[in-house]
Amino acid sequence: MGHTHHAAHTSEVQPRNPAKVKHLLTVTLYLAVLTGVEFVLAFTMPRGHLLTLLFVLLTFVKTFYIVGEFMHLNYEVRMLKLAIIVLPIILISWLVLALLMEGHFVREAIVFIFGK
Amino acid sequence: MATAAIIDENENKALWGGDAEPMKASYGKLMMWFFLLSDALTFTGLLSTYGFARFSHDAYTGALASFKTSVAYWPIPEKIFTHIPFFHIDAPLVFVGLMTFILILSSVTMVLAVEAGHRNDKNDVQKWMLWTILGGMAFLGCQAWEWTIFITGTPEGLIVNDPDGTVRHIFGANLIQNEYGPRLFADLFFFITGFHGTHVLSGVVINIIVFYNVAFGTYQRLGSYEMIEKVGLYWHFIDLVWVFVFTFFYLV
Repeated sequence: MGHTHHAAHTSEVQPRNPAKVKHLLTVTLYLAVLTGVEFVLAFTMPRGHLLTLLFVLLTFVKTFYIVGEFMHLNYEVRMLKLAIIVLPIILISWLVLALLMEGHFVREAIVFIFGK
Repeated sequence: MATAAIIDENENKALWGGDAEPMKASYGKLMMWFFLLSDALTFTGLLSTYGFARFSHDAYTGALASFKTSVAYWPIPEKIFTHIPFFHIDAPLVFVGLMTFILILSSVTMVLAVEAGHRNDKNDVQKWMLWTILGGMAFLGCQAWEWTIFITGTPEGLIVNDPDGTVRHIFGANLIQNEYGPRLFADLFFFITGFHGTHVLSGVVINIIVFYNVAFGTYQRLGSYEMIEKVGLYWHFIDLVWVFVFTFFYLV
């Protein structure tokens, strides 16, 4: 039971794996480029729903790379992926949606009661 | 009838002894994942509170170029975070971009340390852990500077006319007054970046402890560098949270 994966029992040093390191550096490059794109968009596009949507999308792409590659979740068992990704996404997206809508209503209520 | 007899006695013992690996992840890694899940919900709470506060305040509607801070509407972050060290120029969000970049780089050195751990390469693990610690410290230094600027404020300050007729001239921000906009903006700045900074600080401390263990050969003796993977998960999570803070606090 257990401890059967990995060759962790042999404590001898294994040689570096250039392909693996290259893969990690490629992911880094993606993250850096995506951050750069976000940065450029912030100053070239007019503020509005489209820009916010783009920011959200780019952020989720970055999340995919960080959690999937750096945190190695892409290579874990399907059940673990579901537990870590799906459940919080359902909870978090509802919480965010609810609070943003509630914020709108609170502002309307403030304007209604106290005036502009 | 006697179904219990089918269960292998030895296997059962191993399961109860903590050798079971549900979802093929070791106990430590699984618990780290579940901790990160709960931590993610905490940060969600903070960031969605920011969204709530932002939507319950008036937005700035004028031209971007003529933006001036006021307590009447929510500020535009790129007009607030415009300072960089040593140069007195208008550099919107450049410093935050640099901080993001530092954290991404330290995430990479951490993943390289994990990779070296898989190969039982003590020297490489040591080297990459050290770079990760340095990256974390650099980030904390940047944040300290950012906070100092935010708390000190601009030389001009902001003149606030209170409803009761008093006029106040305020400089910088704290939990009570805020030169840059509504009071909640400063409060949430301190809470969100502060809570994240606390995570980075504890991450650096944990990384230092693990670095010492690597250097003294503790994991060599244990025959496994899995601890690097566990602290790695935590460190990448901190990087991930900053990605969200960067987007939803500074960019949007």
